[in-house]
Amino acid sequence: MKPAPFDYARAESLDEAIHLLSGADGDARPLAGGQSLGPMLNLRIARPALLVDLSPIAELREVSEGEDGVIIGASVVHSAVEDGEVPDVTGGLMRRAASGIAYRAVRNRGTVAGSLAHADPAGDWAPVMMALGASLGVMGPEGGRSIEADAFITDPLTTVLEPGEIVEAIRVPRLSDTGRWGHCKLCVKPGDFAESLAVVVRDPDRAHCRAALAGPTHAPILLDGVAGLIAEADGWSDSLAGKIKDAAGSGIAAAGFADTGDRYAMNVHATVTVRAAREALSR
Amino acid sequence: MSDRGVGASIARKEDDRFLMGTGEFTPDVQLAGMWHAAFNRAPIAHGRVLSVKAPGGAEGQVFTSADMADIKPIRSTASFPGFKPADFPVLAKDKVRYAGEQVAITVAPTRAEAEDIADSIEVEYDELPAVVDMNRGREPSAALVHDHWADNVCCETAYENGDLEAAKAAAAHTVHRRFRMARQTPFPMEGRGTLAHYDSRLDELVVWMSHQLPHPMQRGIAHFLGLKINNVRVICPDVGGGFGLKTHLDGETMAVCWTSLRLGRPIKWIQDRLEHLVCDADCRNHQYTMTAYTDEIGKILGMEVECVVDAGAYSPWPWPIGVEAATGVGNLQGPYTVDALKGRSVTVCTNKPPSQPFRGVARPGACFTDELTMDAIAHTVGREPWEVRLDNLVPPEAMPYDTVTRKHLDSGDYPEAFRRCVAAIDPEAVRERQKTPEPDDRLIGVGFACFYEQTAYGTGPFGYSAWGIELVPGMEMATVKLTPDGGLWASVGIQCHGQGLETTLAQVATSELGIDPDRIAIRHGDTATAYAGTGTYASRSIVVAGGAVAQGCRELKPRLARIGAHLLQCDEDDVAVENAEVRGPGGSVTFDEIAEAFYHHPENLPDDTDRGGLTVTTGYNDKVHGGVFGFGAHGAVVAVDPETGQVEILDYAIVDDCGTRVNPLVVKGQVIGGYAQGIGNALYEESDYDENGQPLSVTLADYHVPAAPMVPDIKYDYMESPSPYSTMGIKGVGESGAIGPVGAIGNAVNDALKGLGVEIAETPITPRRVFDAIERGRAR
Repeated sequence: MKPAPFDYARAESLDEAIHLLSGADGDARPLAGGQSLGPMLNLRIARPALLVDLSPIAELREVSEGEDGVIIGASVVHSAVEDGEVPDVTGGLMRRAASGIAYRAVRNRGTVAGSLAHADPAGDWAPVMMALGASLGVMGPEGGRSIEADAFITDPLTTVLEPGEIVEAIRVPRLSDTGRWGHCKLCVKPGDFAESLAVVVRDPDRAHCRAALAGPTHAPILLDGVAGLIAEADGWSDSLAGKIKDAAGSGIAAAGFADTGDRYAMNVHATVTVRAAREALSR
Repeated sequence: MSDRGVGASIARKEDDRFLMGTGEFTPDVQLAGMWHAAFNRAPIAHGRVLSVKAPGGAEGQVFTSADMADIKPIRSTASFPGFKPADFPVLAKDKVRYAGEQVAITVAPTRAEAEDIADSIEVEYDELPAVVDMNRGREPSAALVHDHWADNVCCETAYENGDLEAAKAAAAHTVHRRFRMARQTPFPMEGRGTLAHYDSRLDELVVWMSHQLPHPMQRGIAHFLGLKINNVRVICPDVGGGFGLKTHLDGETMAVCWTSLRLGRPIKWIQDRLEHLVCDADCRNHQYTMTAYTDEIGKILGMEVECVVDAGAYSPWPWPIGVEAATGVGNLQGPYTVDALKGRSVTVCTNKPPSQPFRGVARPGACFTDELTMDAIAHTVGREPWEVRLDNLVPPEAMPYDTVTRKHLDSGDYPEAFRRCVAAIDPEAVRERQKTPEPDDRLIGVGFACFYEQTAYGTGPFGYSAWGIELVPGMEMATVKLTPDGGLWASVGIQCHGQGLETTLAQVATSELGIDPDRIAIRHGDTATAYAGTGTYASRSIVVAGGAVAQGCRELKPRLARIGAHLLQCDEDDVAVENAEVRGPGGSVTFDEIAEAFYHHPENLPDDTDRGGLTVTTGYNDKVHGGVFGFGAHGAVVAVDPETGQVEILDYAIVDDCGTRVNPLVVKGQVIGGYAQGIGNALYEESDYDENGQPLSVTLADYHVPAAPMVPDIKYDYMESPSPYSTMGIKGVGESGAIGPVGAIGNAVNDALKGLGVEIAETPITPRRVFDAIERGRAR
């Protein structure tokens, strides 16, 4: 478990990082916390020609809070969110999500943006950001652009990032005082990648209601049918649970999110969705 | 001083170095000029090796089986009828027989460079169909793992005792079940590893190994490399857990030794976690078909059972495959008074890593089978499982009791231990709780398991010698000597890889001589310091090495008495040897003073001083051959989420009896450690394969070892029933904790599912298996 040979460069600025990443014949990878890339290098699953270390870039560690929400620099680590160093504008959702990622040593080094860009389909952040309606600020050789979180991951381990582009920051909108959320993660061991992870955000004052679902085999999805039921709901009931379960099943099948013949997986995803919805509507 | 001897919960002498990070494990050993090894491994489970092409520029850094023709065939034997031997290749020759099998060794100044070379070796294969499932492997159409065999069945054993036909005729109920236990890997913190180096001064190949059996490895390495025992030294330094994984002579070690001799250079190979999970998925994987015959109230009259074991590709040396299945059948009656048993075992070779014993060997499988059968019986006769168990447990007045499988249970009050476990769990309270739905809709269940633990067995009609295998433990040796400053030095042929034996063996000596444990050094794990031994396995070491150390101390006493009496100017018959001194009618002389006289002032010695000096090498064997028997009762309360299939342990109780507890703290540590692995066995750990024999559980993201939050605190109680057959009544305890959890947790889950009319019959009890069972119930 030693990596195949690679070159290593420290980027002192965002421009330098983009420059380095644009070279190396498209075979360069940015290195942030390294908590996913490190093991993949050691297993020789990832064999980049060049690693570009982003850790010297101070601006990527910045966090700024505004009226609309918070902008989280790309090098901010999970534990900074967990500990509340990053203002949690989401009424505790981000802190809950952060605290369930792996174990503390990983959270001390792993970054929020790195997790999103790595795009493990069962990663903890994508469904949170999708449900919140967050967006990612991206910088590349052609300049900057903004990408909605729900349009960022296209397939497992695949994002819409173009060669040379890196995530600069994540913009998380502020939840209203009446906004509520639910977060349900099912995994074999505490801290594991999720077998199923559902996040529901219901913010009537902003006319925002979303349900996002992540699992091990397919890019995370939004469940619009489920969100519609939650938006219109007036409290929790067994009959609503049944409707949400059905709507989740339809949404999962329509998106090809899980093998519909795999009754266990279908059931687990629907159940987790229901539980996240129940939490959001019971708060 | 006796407050530090046997029975005292003193902190382990080893703790300082382990807690401070100053232990020395094989990877810590650095030698000048040392190179590192890596292996090119088969990417397929079964195929012919057509060619192996090393990359250019790596001359002298790549070796294959063709280079190692001078290594003698490693062939493990057994006397089971029809046992089919097959060579265990150091590196694959004509075929690869499991994914991950080593094909070539590469060496370089660093591990990364060695891996780069291994990575660029081109191997051409003719892929063959893989034998993945043990049942399909028995079908005539199955591919042959070993071409010279007529089929994939390595051996079959049969056992019968008692009048099964009479039991059948008398039976009021027949309970039939089939159980499966998935493949696993023993999971030590430290993987395997070897460093070999030729010492030209001593003309000695020195081999550091992360291993449990130093002397057998010395014998095997010497024999297969064509060396003399005098020219091989094996050192097993600090070892980070073994659990049975480190009891065979692995191909990597042989290749490292050979390459080191060939190149005249120290070569080190340290197994990484990927290699561990791929190549050492080698234990459990049993299938039991059980039919139990009972009377009206659930008393078992007879059992009929078949045990099939998926043994993987090869018989490792010195433990051949076949032992596992025979052990499964040989313990199936558990701690119960069953009068008739007819059993059959089948060992099937498949394209998976070769099977190894793992903590408990087949006893967890037997426990899962007999304990879930016991609950099924209770259900059938309409009684509570704890009541039915009490009617079947061997009663104390029957001790010593010979089981239907001829295990000589030596002592203990099994029903009382079980009653204490039941009291700790309070199943009646669980029954009350079950009457009301839980707020979170989970289902609550309670389950128990009882088992014995056969420890420190060796020769005899049902020991290792009966299996006709290479390594038979029996006489265990120790050397003890009084040091020139009055301390004690003892060397033993066992190996300590976390059991605290440097402490507990010292406590045994403390009880004999009164020397403080801090002044006693226990040396182990080195063929150069220990006279003889077979290593640590089968819960044997505290019993046999403890017995040998005690015997050595006892034989030292008259020699100390003679010198002491001379110094005290009194009669030898008038002195007592205790509390690290020789006491006479008019005073006493300390061991320090006796040592001073013996080593430095012989002018003060009596003329008839024993010529053996103040050192003794002596041995121990049990008064019986089949081992001494501990006992345990486990109880569990679980909550099952019927929507997700997840199981949570809410309460767990263990009552354990390992005879005299040398160090209660160490005993409890062993029990809890076993319990943690038992939870892994019951709920989490599985080495899964696809239909082509590709391993699917190759990282810790896929292979789930219990972490601290998954191992709840236990209610712990103990009894002490000293064995009449061992020194001080000590019994082993290394495997006990790992045997019960599959039974207790399995029964608790089934109790929770009872209302749904379904049962679990396979470990690990994953959410998917629970969900599938519930779905099957719904479909009916």
